[in-house]
Amino acid sequence: MAQYVVLIYEDEKSWSEGNPAEIEAGMKAHGDFAQAVGDKLTGGKALQPTTTATTIRKDGAGGFTVTDGPFVESKEALGGFYLIEAADLDEAMELAKQVPAPFGGVELRPVMVFD
Amino acid sequence: MDATAAAAEVAAAHRREWAYVLAATVRVTRDLDLAEECVQDAYAQALTTWAERGVPAKPGAWLTTVARRRALDLLRRDATLRRALPLLVEDEEGTAPDPGGAFPDDRLRLVFTCCHPALAVEAQVALTLRLLCGLSTAEVARAFLVSEPTMAARITRAKKKIATARIPYRVPAPGELPARVQAVLAVVHLLFTTGHTAPEGSDLVRRDLVERALDLALMLRGLLPADPDVAAVLALILLTDARRETRVGPQGRLLLLAEQDRSRWDRAEIAEGLALVREAVRSRPPGRYGLQAAIAAVHAEAPSWDDTDWAQVVELYDLLTAVWPSPVVALNRGIAVGFARGPAAGLAELDALGGEPQLAAYGYLPAARAAFLAELGRVTEARTAYEEAILLTGNAVERDFLAGRLAELDRGTPAAGAHGAERSG
Repeated sequence: MAQYVVLIYEDEKSWSEGNPAEIEAGMKAHGDFAQAVGDKLTGGKALQPTTTATTIRKDGAGGFTVTDGPFVESKEALGGFYLIEAADLDEAMELAKQVPAPFGGVELRPVMVFD
Repeated sequence: MDATAAAAEVAAAHRREWAYVLAATVRVTRDLDLAEECVQDAYAQALTTWAERGVPAKPGAWLTTVARRRALDLLRRDATLRRALPLLVEDEEGTAPDPGGAFPDDRLRLVFTCCHPALAVEAQVALTLRLLCGLSTAEVARAFLVSEPTMAARITRAKKKIATARIPYRVPAPGELPARVQAVLAVVHLLFTTGHTAPEGSDLVRRDLVERALDLALMLRGLLPADPDVAAVLALILLTDARRETRVGPQGRLLLLAEQDRSRWDRAEIAEGLALVREAVRSRPPGRYGLQAAIAAVHAEAPSWDDTDWAQVVELYDLLTAVWPSPVVALNRGIAVGFARGPAAGLAELDALGGEPQLAAYGYLPAARAAFLAELGRVTEARTAYEEAILLTGNAVERDFLAGRLAELDRGTPAAGAHGAERSG
């Protein structure tokens, strides 16, 4: 078994400004996903929107530059993640396809293992 | 056996058995790099051993035994090798060598690993040439006209992803199989089309790529004998390749399907291709490759250009547009309409495609328009269209051909029918 992270990238506005029925359906889909996947799902969080993000970079002179906003500005932003367990990429892809991301898509990344 | 004869036998076995030997060796190493190294060692050993003792009865099995023994030695001697790399994921089946000396045919595993959809298509193609055809990195780099370090980096990156992201070394489950076979066929088809009309360079045909694509299609046909799409791709390659001797004339000039000497088409390849087409279109509504092969079959069966059943070609393109709606298909359909119903009808079809962004840099569209315009006597517009086509064409043989057509226009020679529009075929 190996661990993968499913990063969920979506258009935030669809969640913040979408109609209530759509939002509710989206929330329910995440609940259903967790039910369906069972103990293959080992963790995950939803994130507050990028309007709450703070980006901190080294300024190259020993200090830091702090800016308001996400690391990369894009229409589809990281909105949450799941941690899943799968035997191989094929199984992980099957699980990732079940992750609800009605306003975008997901990125699947294997977790680095340090011996 | 002298060394030269042995070397020829080893080269033949390299071409024929590489994928089989490598696929079986990967089962032992569960690491692609290590397996490749061991298989290369086995071929090197064959050079001396075969010269001394002759070629073994089953060269593939001999090479596999040597490569797997070498792999087990290396793994035993250096246990850290096993730990250093993430190992390929397999299914539960045992990996112990068969005591009877026969090895399971693992080539399909290798095929599906190389052509996994999680790899970029260019990486799939590179891995396929490297691992299934046994080309060196330098040869793969030359095939795609990139530098060797660039290709080496591409292959290394792909192998690293296979191991790290755990792309399995396994034949997909029956449910996934059709989609995954499509991905494999896309790689073979891309290799073939790249070889058949090289997008860049001074030669029209890259014989090496065409032959590799044919080898791969034959291999897949052997491994998946019931798959109609596999039959269709093999048919398409055979029927198109059957014209290879007639596509380039004196001084390397491009010869159109209309001008080709059909008596020099490879009748054996055509017969084999036609049988496969019939099989491919029989079992179910034919897919993209089945329809393309059926179109190639119409040309292969036509005794001459003038006797081509263009109405049937248009009909097949209509079906193809339904299963594979691509602007390039629409372009070829428009050209066929021109032959079936006259240049004005063809031109109308092509003009409707003028706004397609995917065709904006595609030289075949203005080339086809130019030929229809010339046939309609609209010389000034035809000249502009030929000039545009020349600018967009990267292949020197095709460019010379277009320049020739343009010169004919300027001399006032009547254009040789609308045939100039037809892709070289």
